[in-house]
Parts: sequence; structure tokens; C-alpha cells
Amino acid sequence: MLTYTIRRLILAIPVLLLISLIIFMLLKLAPGDPTAQMPLTIPPDVKEKMKEAMGFNKPLLVQYALWLRQFFIVEPLHWCDVLFGTHFATGLQRIISWQTRSPVFDIIWQRIPQTLTVVGMSYLIGVLIALPIGIVSAYRQYSWFDQIGTFVSMVGFSVPTFFTGVLLIVIFSVELGWFPSIYDTTLVVHDWASFAKQVRQMAMPVAVLALYNAAQISRFMRASMLDNLHQDYVRTARAKGMGERVVVLVHVLRNSLIPVVTVIALGVPTIFGGAIITEQVFKVNGLGQLLITAIYADDVPMVQTLTFIFAILIVLFNLVADILYGLLDPRIRYD
Amino acid sequence: MFDTPKPSAKTLVSVRGLKMYFPIHTGILRRHTGDVKAVDDVSFDILEGETLGLVGESGCGKSTCGRALIRLYDITDGSIMIDGVDVGQMEQDALRPLRPKMQMVFQDPQASLNPRLTVAEIIGEPLVEHTQLTKPERLKRIYELMDAVGLNRRFANRYPHEFSGGQRQRIGIARALALNPRFIVCDEPIAALDVSIQAQVVNLLEELQDRMGLTYLFISHDLSMVRHIADRVAVMYLGKMVELAPRDALYDAPLHPYTEALLSAVPEPDPSLESSRQRIILKGDVPSPANPPKGCNFCTRCPKVMPICREVEPAFRELHPGRFVACHLYDETQQTPTAGRTGGVEAQSTPVQQGENG
Repeated sequence: MLTYTIRRLILAIPVLLLISLIIFMLLKLAPGDPTAQMPLTIPPDVKEKMKEAMGFNKPLLVQYALWLRQFFIVEPLHWCDVLFGTHFATGLQRIISWQTRSPVFDIIWQRIPQTLTVVGMSYLIGVLIALPIGIVSAYRQYSWFDQIGTFVSMVGFSVPTFFTGVLLIVIFSVELGWFPSIYDTTLVVHDWASFAKQVRQMAMPVAVLALYNAAQISRFMRASMLDNLHQDYVRTARAKGMGERVVVLVHVLRNSLIPVVTVIALGVPTIFGGAIITEQVFKVNGLGQLLITAIYADDVPMVQTLTFIFAILIVLFNLVADILYGLLDPRIRYD
Repeated sequence: MFDTPKPSAKTLVSVRGLKMYFPIHTGILRRHTGDVKAVDDVSFDILEGETLGLVGESGCGKSTCGRALIRLYDITDGSIMIDGVDVGQMEQDALRPLRPKMQMVFQDPQASLNPRLTVAEIIGEPLVEHTQLTKPERLKRIYELMDAVGLNRRFANRYPHEFSGGQRQRIGIARALALNPRFIVCDEPIAALDVSIQAQVVNLLEELQDRMGLTYLFISHDLSMVRHIADRVAVMYLGKMVELAPRDALYDAPLHPYTEALLSAVPEPDPSLESSRQRIILKGDVPSPANPPKGCNFCTRCPKVMPICREVEPAFRELHPGRFVACHLYDETQQTPTAGRTGGVEAQSTPVQQGENG
């Protein structure tokens, strides 16, 4: 298993390099001018100089290599300096956002907590409600519970989050006034009152995303349970005289979880990716919102870095899913 | 009450009027529109220590009958007495403490073992549920069982997928034996195995039977293997039992036309005899068990069909002592000399078959 993991990690390097090249080239192909948003009063020759300062006139390969150097060498060295008080990165140019002129990673670091609390919590809640729903739906297939569960997941799956989000805002903020429609990032949780406020402002975005996640995962769980419920070994377990709880929770569930756990692991990168639309609707200034505003502003370094981080996470969690599969299913051995 | 060739043996399993219907739901409202009559009014007894072979073609309800017998299904109707306890209509919860007495060896040794449990866990699980053994005692018992079925003790911590088919079936047998059952339903235990392994497993089953005094219901479509292992043989067709007789009597002189046809299909190892073997080829397909024909179930394919067969369902009755058949050929109205001889006995003994008028 260890050799397998190391081999996969080594194989991930060329994969990621290729992805980084594709991201870089795609962004170069995209139309847009980072100085387009600037006031028209700036003379064209000054704009040209600004572009030159951004490195626009260098050959593409040089630009690509410089970005890679910043991403893989300068940034890690900088974190090393911050953590251990060394001075490796002094004088080296970090990746700078064209919008704010501050380092891209600093901005990302500021945005991660919002995304993790809102999107991460919604994923967690989604999984926690999806698993029991999937289990019960499969065990009582075609019962009322199953029919309602199927209906709700179809709704959660097919109704887009920008619709459910706005619908919730209209009902619970505008009509009932229970929850705020805008997420207040400046809120600091220091006592019970502010904690309650935090819970209230998280409730709606979390509910919207949790419905979406739960819809997907509960279907996986149900299908996987149904696959296993009619297996011969389940009949064997009943013939052994095991109680129904043991049969379902030990024999069926443990085997059914194998594919579901990998699906859940594969979904984790989407947490970090943020929920672009939902974050927009509720004004959560997380990573998704950061990405979309960077796209609007032609902030190439920011878009490039964010998409590449998502790519790294996806490659990484694919590996995690494969390793989990191997750990959970004794029939699968990678060595 | 049951005429037997071995008067000393007592009845261990007694089945009366067993019915196992699977409902068919159709339409938008999924209304109950019919039933698949997988097992339709079957009655028989199994004596202690014997092997009852249950044969028939695919889809005739053999496996369903076996599973219903140890209540892996909730049966539609009928009574099942196992060792003096009627388990037929018992709730599954009440039944659980009785499970150790009746066990099952399944057809597919790969699918019937949980892929995520080790051999020791598979064999030991029923011990956890039904006994108070401590951990070392349990391990000792697991090793005993592995020895009994000829599995190396070193394999205790391996997973089922690491074994060959024959070894997996041995695990399945060890698992079934774990709680000292008295009655084991062997549901085509050799059908998924290599021919060279089949003999090993059957011999193992026989050896265990001698050693532990087990009673088997041996379900198979391999007629030669049933002849080898069974003491008595029951033949099923389309959910009904058509004939039940001691092995030699059945193989030498089958009474029911279906049994005749079935036995004529058994290949003969001697080439000189094989060339003269008369095969009875049945025409047509097996009717759907959801919609069986009126009268005798076999009337659509029977080579000896008579007008009455299409109208009246034949009763399953004891023609000679120990020989049961459900066929109009042996009706009292057209008595053969042998049938007449036992006619009086039949009238006195309680008929096994109920609910149908022949």
C-alpha cells in the first residue's frame, strides 16, 4: 500500500505539470486585458509600461516557467520564512494579484475559513443526513419513506442552487425575517449571542448546499445498499440467525459503504472549490466568490492559482479515494 | 404415521401444505394482480439421519422450497414441523433462537460469504450470536470446525476471495456446522464446483453426516449425485412435488411420467448401454408458475396425458408404502394390480396431501 501510494504520488507530478500548462495556455487564449478596467485617463504608453511590469511582453514559455517557479519555489519558501523565521524568500517575487497588488496566497488564506465553515459544514450535514436516508430507503424499498426520499433527492438534484437559495431568501428573510440574507464575514464569535448569530447566518447557505449534496449521496447510498441487500451472503447472515440489526448494519452497510466512501472522498475537493453560485447568492466571501470576481477582473494570476489548487486537490483526493477503497475492501490490493 | 422402510427412524422435519407465493404487482398503482406459485402445496417428511434428495429442472421451486423450509422466507401457507416445533408461521424474532438447529449450505460459495469478513469471523459469527463462549473457546471451536471440513488452520485470517471454489464451499459447510445443527438444507452445494471437487465436497458431507448424525435435504439437479448421496428422492415440477420414493425404487422404476423423462436424461457411463438408452424428450416449455395449467401441472408436456389430466389436479398420495406420486395414471378408477393392493392401506392412513380433491 505504501509503495502504491508513493508510486501514485510520483505519477501525479507529470499529471499536475500537464494540468498547469493547460490552465496557463487556456488563460492566455482567453480574451481580456488586465488594464481594461483602469480609468481612460491613463495614457496608452503608461498602460503599456504597466503591462510590461506584469511580464506581458516576455515569451509564453518564460511566463509559464516564471509562474511555476513562483508557485513551487517562492511560495513554499515564503511559508517556510513565516513559520520558522528564516529569510529564504527575501527579495523573491511572490504571485501577486493584479486586482489588489497583494500576494494571491494571502487572499486565499483569508477566504478559506468562510468557505470551510459554510461549504464544509453543508457537506458534512449533507453526508450525515444522506446516509440514514439512503439506508432506510433501500431497506424499505418502494415504501412511503422511499418515495418521499426519492422525490426530495430528485428536487435537490434538479433544482439549481441559485433558485433554492433565492427561494429561501424570499421565504425566510423577506417574508418571515428569521435569517439574514447576507452573510456577515466580519462577525466574530466570542459569546453565545454571537454564536447564535453565526448559526443563523449560516443556516440558509448550508441548507441549500446540504440539500444538493444529500440528494446525490443518498442516491448512491440507496443504490449501493440495494445491490448488497439481495446478495447471497446476506441470506447467509440471516440463516446464521443474526439479528436484523446486525444483518443490515454489519453485513449490508459495511459492504455498501465501500463505493459511497469513495464518492464522498471524491467530493471533498468541491468543498475547497467553494460553491461559486451559492456564495454569490448569500454574499459569502469564500473561495468561490473570489474566483468569480477574479474572472470578472481579468486577474490572471489569481484565476490561474486557484484553478491549479483545485486541480491539485482533485488529483490528491482521487488518490485518497483509491487508498480508501483498498483499505475497505479486502479483495482489492494494490501491491 | 409415516410409512418408512426404516421403522426405527423418527420424523425430524414434517412439511404439510407448504405454499410459497411471490406476489406480482402491476400497473400504476402496483396492485396485487397475481402470484408466482414457486412452491404450491407441498407435503413431505424427512426422517432423522437420512438424506432426502430434491430434484427437478431449473425454476421448479427446489431452492425456494429449501429456503422456505428453514424460513428464510415468510411462507404463504402451510406448516413446517422441525424437531417437534412448528416454525411455519413463527415470527422471525421468535425463530432466531431456533436457527442453530437448522442451517443451510448455499449454492454459490463465493456470493454466500461476506467478502469483508475473514474465515474465522464468518465461522465464528453465529457463535457470538447464539452461544456464551469466551474468545479463546470460540477460537478453539473455529479451529475444530476448520479441521472437520479439512481446511488448514493457517487460513483462519484470510478472506473468502483468497480461496478456491471447493475451499469456499468447505468454509460454507463449516459455517453451517458451527452451531451443531440437526438439519441442513444443502441448496445445490456442488453446482458451482468443478467436477473433481464435487466428489470431495459430497464425500465430506456424507462423512459429516455419519459422524454427527445430520439430516440433509439435498437439493440438486445432478441426478447421478443425488443417487449417490440420497436415501430417498423427491421430484418437483412447477412448484409441486410429483413423486417421492426411496432412491433405488425411484431410479429403478419411476412412477411419474416426469420422473421417467428426467431419469432418461441421465447419461450412462457404459457406452454400450448409452447407445441403447431411450431418451424421453419433453416437448414445449415449462409453463409459467404465475399461471400454471388447469388440472395437472405437467399435462402440457406429459407423453401419457389423458383427458382427466387437463381437468382435475392429481392428488399427491402414497401408492405403495413409502412411494408417493401425484398422477392420474395411478388413480383408483383405473387400478393397476399393484395399486389395488395398497388401496386399503391408503384409506386408513391419514393422507399426506390435503386441500385438493383428486
